[in-house]
Amino acid sequence: MSAIAMPSLVVPTGPPAWSDDELDIDEMVLNMGPQHPSTHGVLRLELRTDGEVVRAARVHIGYLHRSFEKCVEAVDWPGVVPFVSRLDYVAAMGNELGYALAVEKLLGITCSPYVQTVRVIMAELQRIASHALAIGCYGMDLGAFTPLLHLFRDRERILDLFESTSGARLLYNYIWIGGLSHPLPEGFVPVCRRFLRDFLEVTHPELMDLLMGNAIFIRRTAEVGVIPPALAIAHDLSGPNLRGSGVSFDLRRDEPYCGYENYRFDVVVGKGEHGPVGSCWDRNWVRAMEMAESARIVQQALDRLESMEPADVRATVPRRVKPNKGSVYARSEAPRGALGFHIVSDGGLSPWRVKVKSPCFTAMSVFHLLARGIFLADIVALLGSLDVVLGEIDR
Amino acid sequence: MPALAAADIHARLLARFGAQITAFDAAALQPCATVEAAALPAVATMLRHDPELQMDNLACLSAVDWPKDNPPRLDVVYHLFSYVHRHAFVLRVALPREDPHVPTVETAWPVANWHEREAFDLFGIVFDGHSDLRRILLPDDWPGHPLRRDWTEPESYQGLPVKARTLEQRLQDGEAVGVGPYDEDVPRSHGPAIVIEAEARS
Repeated sequence: MSAIAMPSLVVPTGPPAWSDDELDIDEMVLNMGPQHPSTHGVLRLELRTDGEVVRAARVHIGYLHRSFEKCVEAVDWPGVVPFVSRLDYVAAMGNELGYALAVEKLLGITCSPYVQTVRVIMAELQRIASHALAIGCYGMDLGAFTPLLHLFRDRERILDLFESTSGARLLYNYIWIGGLSHPLPEGFVPVCRRFLRDFLEVTHPELMDLLMGNAIFIRRTAEVGVIPPALAIAHDLSGPNLRGSGVSFDLRRDEPYCGYENYRFDVVVGKGEHGPVGSCWDRNWVRAMEMAESARIVQQALDRLESMEPADVRATVPRRVKPNKGSVYARSEAPRGALGFHIVSDGGLSPWRVKVKSPCFTAMSVFHLLARGIFLADIVALLGSLDVVLGEIDR
Repeated sequence: MPALAAADIHARLLARFGAQITAFDAAALQPCATVEAAALPAVATMLRHDPELQMDNLACLSAVDWPKDNPPRLDVVYHLFSYVHRHAFVLRVALPREDPHVPTVETAWPVANWHEREAFDLFGIVFDGHSDLRRILLPDDWPGHPLRRDWTEPESYQGLPVKARTLEQRLQDGEAVGVGPYDEDVPRSHGPAIVIEAEARS
C-alpha cells in the first residue's frame, strides 16, 4: 500500500469558461456531433473556435439516454443483467461482472473458485477486446488505418470465444447473480490458448511497433491533452485514464475481487516516455500494455482452470433474489475504469434504486478543461484518448 | 498514515460538528453518517483537506427517493475515497421531497459538478451554489424528474404521443394502418389484412 505523492498543483475549478457573449469577429461556434464519426457515438461538443484554436468547449450528453435507472425499477434483480450489458456495449462482460458483484455483496453470496476463474477469463478477454477497439479506432481517428484491421482481427477471435460460450457476440447476459449462464464449451481452453499465443507473439509487438512507436502518432499525441494526477483524481478519472497520469491504482490489485489477488500481473502506469506524463500517448500506451497483462492473467487463469474440477456454474445462482433492505456501493475495474454500482434494496423483488457511476461519465466531465486552447484537430485526439462509450455516459 | 475505519472517521466528524452529524449507521454493509444539509460544506472541506482524512476522491454521488417513509424524503449519498490513505466513507444528507435544497460540494470535489447536474435533472434536487445547474441527460424542456418514484410517463412530449398504441386504438382513431408482412400487429395472411386496411380508410 503506497501513498501517492500529490504534486502541488492548482486544480482548475469553478465555472467552465464558456460564455454566450457575442463572438469576436474571428470567432465561430462549431458543433461537433452528435452525428460525427470521431465522437464515438452520439456526443455533441460545442466548440468556440478562433481559426484552428479552440477557445472554449462545452459538452452536451444525453442523446443516448434510455433511462436505464428507471427501467430497472420495474424488473426483478436478475432481469437487470441484460440492461446492464447495454451500458458499455463494447465491454458488456465488465458491466455484468460489476453488477453481479454488487448484488452478491448485498446478498452475501460467494461464488465457487471455478466460477470466479471463468469470470476472470471473461473479464480479461473483454478488456483485450475493448482496448483493441479503443486503440484501433484511436489510430483511425488520427489517420492510421492498418492497426485497426490487425486489432479487429484479434478482437474477432475473442468475440468468437464469447459466442461459443454465451451465444452472443456483443451483449452476453452471461455473468449472472451468483454464477454464470453457461459452462465453458468443450475445447474452449485450447482455442483460447492459441489466441493468446498469437496475440502476445504477433499482434501485440506489431501494435507497439506499428502504432505506439510510430513517429507521426507520437507527434500527434505526446504533448496533447495532458492530465496532471491531481486533476485526474479531482475529476474521478479511473482505469487507463488515471494510470496514464501516473497514479498507480487498480481495483484488481488494490481492492481485489474474483480472486485477483492470486494472479501475478503488473499495474501499468504512464511514464511519460514521450513528453509529459498524462498525455494522450500515455493513456493509449497504458491500454496497449494492459492488453498484454490481461493476456497473461488469462493464461494463468486457464492454468488454474485445468487443475480444477469443473463445477456447476449455476450452483450458487439463487432461485429468488430478494436482498434485505440495505444499500451497497461496489466498484470493479471495467475496461474503461472503475465502474461503480450504488444499489439500494427495499427488501422487494426489484431494485429500489440502481445508480451506475460510469467511468466514462466522469472522464467526460474533465473534457472542457483540457479542450481549452488546443487545436481543433487535437480535439479528436483528446476525445479518443479518453475512450468514452456513450451508452455508459448517457445510460 | 494508516487507513481509518469508518467509525474513526465518524468519531472525528462528531468531535468537530457535534449534533450536526445526526446519525451513524454502523451496522450497514458500508457504515454511513447522516449530515445536516447546512453543515455539508464544512464537513466536505474537513473530509477533503484534513491531513488524516484527505478524502480526495468523490467516487459516487447518488440520490435515492423514499416517498413512503415518514417523513417522505430524498437522500443524497456521497461515496468518498482517499487515494492517499486508501480509506472510504459514506455520507448521506436527507432532504424534504418538496423543494429539496442542498449546498454543492463542487469546490471540494470538482467531479460533483456533473453528478449534481444529474441528480438535479432526474430527481429535482437543487444544489445551492452550483456553478452551472442545468439538465444534463434530458432535454432542457423535459417536464418533471423521472427518477422520482411517483413520476408517471406523460401522454405526449411536444405534441408527439410517447406511448405505444394497440392496433385497435389506432383503427379507432381512424388512422391508416400500415399493412404488410412486416407489420407485427397485422395478421400475416393477405385477406384479413386488406379488411383491416379498408376499415381504417373508411
